[in-house]
Amino acid sequence: MNLKLKVWRQKNKNENGRMVEYSANDVNPDMSFLEMLDVVNEGLIAKGEEPIAFDSDCREGICGTCSLVINGVAHGGQEGTTACQLHMRHFQDGQTVTIEPWRAKAFPVLRDLVTDRSAFDRIIQAGGFISVGTGGTPDANAIPIGKVESDRAMDAAQCIGCGACVAACKNASAMLFVSAKVSHLAQLPQGKVERERRVLAMVEQMDKEGFGNCTVTGSCEAVCPKEIDLSFIAQMNREYGRAILIGE
Amino acid sequence: MNLDSKIPSGPLAQKWEKHKFDSKLVNPANKRKFDVIVVGSGLAGASAAATMAELGYQVKCFCFQDSPRRAHSIAAQGGINGAKNYQNDGDSIQRLFYDTIKGGDFRAREANVYRLAQVSVNIIDQCVAQGVPFAREYGGYLSNRSFGGAQVSRTFYARGQTGQQLLLGAYQALSRQIGLGTVKMYPRTEMVDLVVIDGHAKGIIVRDLVTGEISSHAADAVVLATGGYGNVFYLSTNAKGCNVTATWRAYKKGAFFANPCYTQIHPTCIPVSGDHQSKLTLMSESLRNDGRVWVPKQKLDKRSAAEIPEGERDYFLERKYPSYGNLAPRDISSRAAKEACDEGRGVGPGGLGVYLDFADSIKRLGADKVRERYGNLFDMYEKITGENAYQQPMRIYPAVHYTMGGTWVDYNLMSTIPGLFVIGEANFSDHGANRLGASALMQGLADGYFILPYTIGNYFATAKQPKPSINHPEFKKVTEDVQALIKKLLSINGKRSVTSFHRELGKLVWDNCGMARSRQSLEYNLKKIPELREEFWQNVKVTGTGPELNQDLEAAGRVADFLEFAELLCLDALTREESCGGHFRTEYQTPDGEAQRNDEQFAFVSAWEYKGKNAAPVLNKEPLVYEEVHMSQRSYK
Repeated sequence: MNLKLKVWRQKNKNENGRMVEYSANDVNPDMSFLEMLDVVNEGLIAKGEEPIAFDSDCREGICGTCSLVINGVAHGGQEGTTACQLHMRHFQDGQTVTIEPWRAKAFPVLRDLVTDRSAFDRIIQAGGFISVGTGGTPDANAIPIGKVESDRAMDAAQCIGCGACVAACKNASAMLFVSAKVSHLAQLPQGKVERERRVLAMVEQMDKEGFGNCTVTGSCEAVCPKEIDLSFIAQMNREYGRAILIGE
Repeated sequence: MNLDSKIPSGPLAQKWEKHKFDSKLVNPANKRKFDVIVVGSGLAGASAAATMAELGYQVKCFCFQDSPRRAHSIAAQGGINGAKNYQNDGDSIQRLFYDTIKGGDFRAREANVYRLAQVSVNIIDQCVAQGVPFAREYGGYLSNRSFGGAQVSRTFYARGQTGQQLLLGAYQALSRQIGLGTVKMYPRTEMVDLVVIDGHAKGIIVRDLVTGEISSHAADAVVLATGGYGNVFYLSTNAKGCNVTATWRAYKKGAFFANPCYTQIHPTCIPVSGDHQSKLTLMSESLRNDGRVWVPKQKLDKRSAAEIPEGERDYFLERKYPSYGNLAPRDISSRAAKEACDEGRGVGPGGLGVYLDFADSIKRLGADKVRERYGNLFDMYEKITGENAYQQPMRIYPAVHYTMGGTWVDYNLMSTIPGLFVIGEANFSDHGANRLGASALMQGLADGYFILPYTIGNYFATAKQPKPSINHPEFKKVTEDVQALIKKLLSINGKRSVTSFHRELGKLVWDNCGMARSRQSLEYNLKKIPELREEFWQNVKVTGTGPELNQDLEAAGRVADFLEFAELLCLDALTREESCGGHFRTEYQTPDGEAQRNDEQFAFVSAWEYKGKNAAPVLNKEPLVYEEVHMSQRSYK
């Protein structure tokens, strides 16, 4: 199949970007979306033009590096799927496909489709952990944890930190990302010890990074490749309210 | 050069305790005077950086990804081994040790492997304390599954995302230290060379992948945790960014490279779909707990799987290895699949695939139970192939997955360059010629949490080296070398893309130094690879400039190193005139087609020494002396 692409090109952080048209010809339906871009890039290199910069690494949907807004939808709109796992069999011959970077104040564009998501790292650094050093820990079976609780912690812990939730949100809110980590750790007995300090610090950092507020439209959940549940935001709000009342 | 592995004396079970006691310590107030550089932020790098910072060292950590959370450890699916014996099924440190040594086809260093089995139990405790949500039973206790090459259930797992959860645990420990200011993190920064002063590793030169700026970093020790070299095959289950650059450039500065020919081909990957293919995707080995591997008995059978009656199917792993069945180790299962395909009994496009069938398990357990165990893997399979594995068998084929070879290190995990430590997949030490499933995560975390933090202190306390400074002329010289290399890559302006060279190299290595190797195929490669490398330096086209975000330039530097490294890989494979584990030389096999080791002549570690651009590398041998284990013919029948 043949596709018409409209791709965001931007030289660096400081210059303005624009949409540029390319054609992608002889696209094989078994290609992933990123492999289609690889082929387009090979064509650009052959012509001596600079290839389209985009982030990717594992290409199996788990590292959270790839970050494309495809036809206006973060990761392209196939349920529970990152852009690297989206395959061309879901597109039609002759279709026009727009490709843009994540757009949020807290995620500045570095070049073309590559953005800076280090704000997420700084939120984790503020408190997204259990304060335990290496060594001196009890036997792993010393604290029984119910399967239901443990499974729910895992549901939250699956977040890959890609930032699609922010890209999809009209307010560029990071609540789904932050709530997934807050909920994962607050769910477990090991994480309950410092739950108040954790949620206060993470929310404070989230606000400092310039993410917007949550109005519970659910657009984040709709695009999340790991299908992180909106109820985690409710859980975080409870955690936050509780922490405000109890204090650190 | 005489390779001193520094294995402590005394009985095997007491070596590590004794060694820890004999090691010199650095007192807490003095630790902050030592700077440590860690390159890589996967399981080994992140755990090492966090733990050393907790101890009080000043740590700088570098990764090429945009965040330390994205290192490729994250993609490990199945699990992590720990000799906890929670299942009361006869597991012990001794048994995990023996399984690992045997799984590695008696080509690993005994003392290292024993230590690995010993600390495996601490790793599980550590991860649980960090909040890693391992699978649990209704009673609240941890669940285990079994894995290839073992007859006990000792694998801990978090659905099919164990690597992700363990890495996030280590990343969170690292993040805590970054927040406390004890680790300075440099994401999107690639190490481009090592700086050695008076024979000791004293720092690195890095390139900022956003601005292109080249900068120097000095430290009292450098730790490489930069993963394996599987991408020399172009197509592998590694991430796109995985590369050999850090360990290869260290090799050229004097760090011996050990056993490069030990590469692991994983039996259960999704087959190649076309020329556009950029990487291969693994289907976790844990699937072999409930999936049965088969091909049609008849050659070139064009019927669909459903049309082939039970009696005309060959469950070849169950047939050939009845006691391990579908859980035979990776090297053996991969070769068996290749044989079936070579005989013309493969399935799917091009006949390069075998079935992994869950029909019996779905009948026995119900689809819901199978979904609970492997749901995310079935989903991933469907996304990639468009096929529903609940209704028809998966098609799988072996693919390059892991590399057992790596930088040579002694018992302290220090390379032949004093002050340069190498941990995780990047070193060679624990898996011999074949790694067992769920052991990579174990080794990465063992090295980072529990081994290096002890041994590095002994180096600081005994080496008594002067404090390094980036003002030393050696930093300037190496920086100029790096800049010259970049300039050269950008100035060739030839006709072929970087990827086209990488693809061609990968095909050469896969075809002639993959699942089966022979003198003839290796000699062919040793002629072809230098020609390809020559063409690269005459005819590669690298777009853009140096001082900017330039992914083409990043790839060019990595492929340039693969083009050199591939030659050493093939040379090592040629020199090792035996078959063992993942290294299968067609000339050396038993009458029934199994790997034929030659313990008399080849019970050694091959440690290659760089001798300059136009000189042949020199082979140094570290004899493998087994105090406890008797080398035997490995059998899974």
